[in-house]
Amino acid sequence: MRSPRLPGAMTMAVFVLAAAACSGNAAGDEPEEDAVDESKLVVYSGRQESLVQPVVDDFAAETGIEVSVRYGNTAQLAAQIIEEGDRTKADVYFSQDGGALGALTKEGMLAALPADVLDLVDPRYRADDGTWIGTSARARVIVYDPDQLTEAEVPDSVFELTEPQWKGKVGISPSNASFEAFVTAMRVLYGEDKAREWLEGMAANDVQLFDNNVLILNAAEDGVIALGLINHYYWYEQVAEEGLEAVPARLKFLPGGDPGSLVNVAGVGVLAASDRQDEAASFVEYLLSEDAQTYFAQDTKEYPLIEGIPTAEGLPPLASLQTPEIDLSDLDTLEATLEMIEEAGLT
Amino acid sequence: MAAPAEWRTEVTTTGGRSSRPPALLAVPALIAAAVAVLPLVYLVVRSFDSGVGEFVAVLWRERTLRLTVRSVGLAAVVTFACLVLGVFLAWLTTRTTLPGRRAWAVVAALPLAIPSYVAAYAWVAAFPRIPPFWGSVLVLTLCCYPYVMLPVAGTLHRTDPALEEVARSLGRNQLATFLTVTLRQVRPAAAVGGLLVALYVLSDFGAVAILRFDVFTRVIYTSYRSSFDGTAAAALGLVLVVITMTVVWAESRSRGRAAQSRIGSGAPRARRPVVLGPGGVALGLLGAAIVAALALGFPLGSLGYWLAQGRSADLDPGALAGAAVSTISVSALGAVLTTALAIPVGIMAARYRSRRVRALEQASYAGHALPGIVVGLSLVFFGVRFAYPIYQRTPLLVLAYAVLFLPAAIGAVRASVAQSPPVLEEVARSLGRSPARVLRDVTLPLAGPGVAAGAALVFLTCMKELPATLMLRPTGLETLATELWAETEVGAYAAAAPYASLLVLLAAVPTFLLGPRRRSGTLDSSEGGS
Repeated sequence: MRSPRLPGAMTMAVFVLAAAACSGNAAGDEPEEDAVDESKLVVYSGRQESLVQPVVDDFAAETGIEVSVRYGNTAQLAAQIIEEGDRTKADVYFSQDGGALGALTKEGMLAALPADVLDLVDPRYRADDGTWIGTSARARVIVYDPDQLTEAEVPDSVFELTEPQWKGKVGISPSNASFEAFVTAMRVLYGEDKAREWLEGMAANDVQLFDNNVLILNAAEDGVIALGLINHYYWYEQVAEEGLEAVPARLKFLPGGDPGSLVNVAGVGVLAASDRQDEAASFVEYLLSEDAQTYFAQDTKEYPLIEGIPTAEGLPPLASLQTPEIDLSDLDTLEATLEMIEEAGLT
Repeated sequence: MAAPAEWRTEVTTTGGRSSRPPALLAVPALIAAAVAVLPLVYLVVRSFDSGVGEFVAVLWRERTLRLTVRSVGLAAVVTFACLVLGVFLAWLTTRTTLPGRRAWAVVAALPLAIPSYVAAYAWVAAFPRIPPFWGSVLVLTLCCYPYVMLPVAGTLHRTDPALEEVARSLGRNQLATFLTVTLRQVRPAAAVGGLLVALYVLSDFGAVAILRFDVFTRVIYTSYRSSFDGTAAAALGLVLVVITMTVVWAESRSRGRAAQSRIGSGAPRARRPVVLGPGGVALGLLGAAIVAALALGFPLGSLGYWLAQGRSADLDPGALAGAAVSTISVSALGAVLTTALAIPVGIMAARYRSRRVRALEQASYAGHALPGIVVGLSLVFFGVRFAYPIYQRTPLLVLAYAVLFLPAAIGAVRASVAQSPPVLEEVARSLGRSPARVLRDVTLPLAGPGVAAGAALVFLTCMKELPATLMLRPTGLETLATELWAETEVGAYAAAAPYASLLVLLAAVPTFLLGPRRRSGTLDSSEGGS
């Protein structure tokens, strides 16, 4: 005779007990784990915890302001803040890229930052209306496989990549925010027609598509592609982790103000709906302090944005890069860029 | 040939009754359905935010159609592959003398704990030239076949062997019996599993993105990123809902009206397993081992390799333990709530096959093929407006799990209730028991194992859920999935390895609890007696 009620009931009991035990634990012993603590400054961070948390801890130790950070994906957090509207729990939004901050500005959700904070950074790397500010910079570069190419053979301009000799040999990540910012820059600098022509030329030249920069880097290392367009720090991070000899690919910074050498930023903004404007502003200011900037430079191999902070070892100084002359606030037409990328068939 | 047909006609007379469901079931079922359609309401509200014109413009783009076709094609191929693999493994681990059957059953269910994007990354890292379409088919099949295997194995456990024995005694050989009798018996369970697979594939984004196979969900993600508001994405989400409802409708048609319960008196006889010869044992072991190696060994091995290679892994045992505790707690709460909501819907779906009940059941699937970001945003929308006190607190997160995984639990409840004979409930009623007592004393205990299996399935899927968890979890609460994501997002696969391994380890517990332990006792004794 079978009695099927036993294992079922037992399993349900196990679930209920586990749930009760654990939620009691989470809710009772550590109340700060169970809710946004309204007494703390709340930061929504699209940048990763391993990078941000040490800075947050230092800030709390130095100022006595307690911070609660919500980590997530940059674009999804921006969508969430817009969905939350005036009732957003966020006081500060720390973003992986300028585009998401620009979207919040357009929705009128960001407050203007104090002038003394804005003055810390070159106007190129912050919003025209002062609603957000860059905290670190990254350069677009070409990563190449030295088994297939010498540095001299790597083109000096991305415009050469539509030529037949590069057919099927180039990797890009059209869905990556940095690639899109680069296309936007090309549109702003060279006009819509030239940008469209380039994208269509790339598509016709059998360009290889990847989901993100790391996969392009890996593909160049594996020789699947001869070269690819990525951000500089992916390579430097991998070298720091595995050693130069373990990373077969090499980088080339493009000369002559080519759009392929665009410098973009990660940045931060304060929510207009926040009732902690002063504390939020001091957090932004702290991200631009010497300590925090040095930390960003050394930990992520990005470029610091205030004067006098050394860059990571082996990285050419920001001032030495021949980047295109462009105001990052002009890169706020992402939708047109996406449409163009889509029409070129690069998705 | 005659036996199954006769059996079926006789049961439809008892199974096909059409009395009205009692309020005791109908009211909670309505509540469950209301919870499940929350995302749908949100999508409709958002879609028409900027007027009908834009809505239509988004839908009529050539790319929308092209990607719809690609998504549906991928879902069809993966579902077929999962049906074949899932039914085979279920049969192998429940009905044969395969050595170590119980252990294999647990191992074969474990790939459910591996997030598909981790598996996809492992394959791309090892084989950079893997073709996008077949790579996606491979990875998704290996991640999803347990959705089919688990309910089918449950059915194979519970069904009375009498029917198959009759077929054998009438001269059918083993294969013919399997094809004509056994497969028919598992068809409803397999269909439920196949439905879950199809909906999973439609909603998946991470794996296909890494494997570079462009599908419909990408358009949704891209439009969130481009405009950061939901109008276009919501319109596209509605397309997914329509596809989902079509698939659900097709599944419900395929289920037909055949009743699954056993009739006749007495307890079912103990089953005699299919005795595998040495060749069969070798083939069975080889098959099970290959699947385990590809679905489980390969991704875990890759994680281990990264752990050994990289120097980024400075493991914080406290963070690991904390993530494990919060994962278990929110997932267990999610499993309890989801199962509680699923029970009334599942019972009604099994016992009262009216048009309205079908509509109710199908409504609960509405949000299931939506990518997590859409479900997450819809609960942000409702949470901020109507439930602000619990916004970004555990209750709303648990509710999100219920919205996401209700169909898995409903399928399990329905399948197991359908297998217990309704006549038992009628007898209990005729003996004067109230409907509530019948439910408590007869229906639920009989369906117990199936319901628990559903709860375990929900528990497993909650544990690896990511997008909705990221949006709705209490600030500061980290689950194994969010930690895994945080590390893999920055390419720190070495640091991610412990979280992924612990996820699989924790998943093994409910899988093992629900494993075929009890019945194997009778199995073994019958083996001795034969």
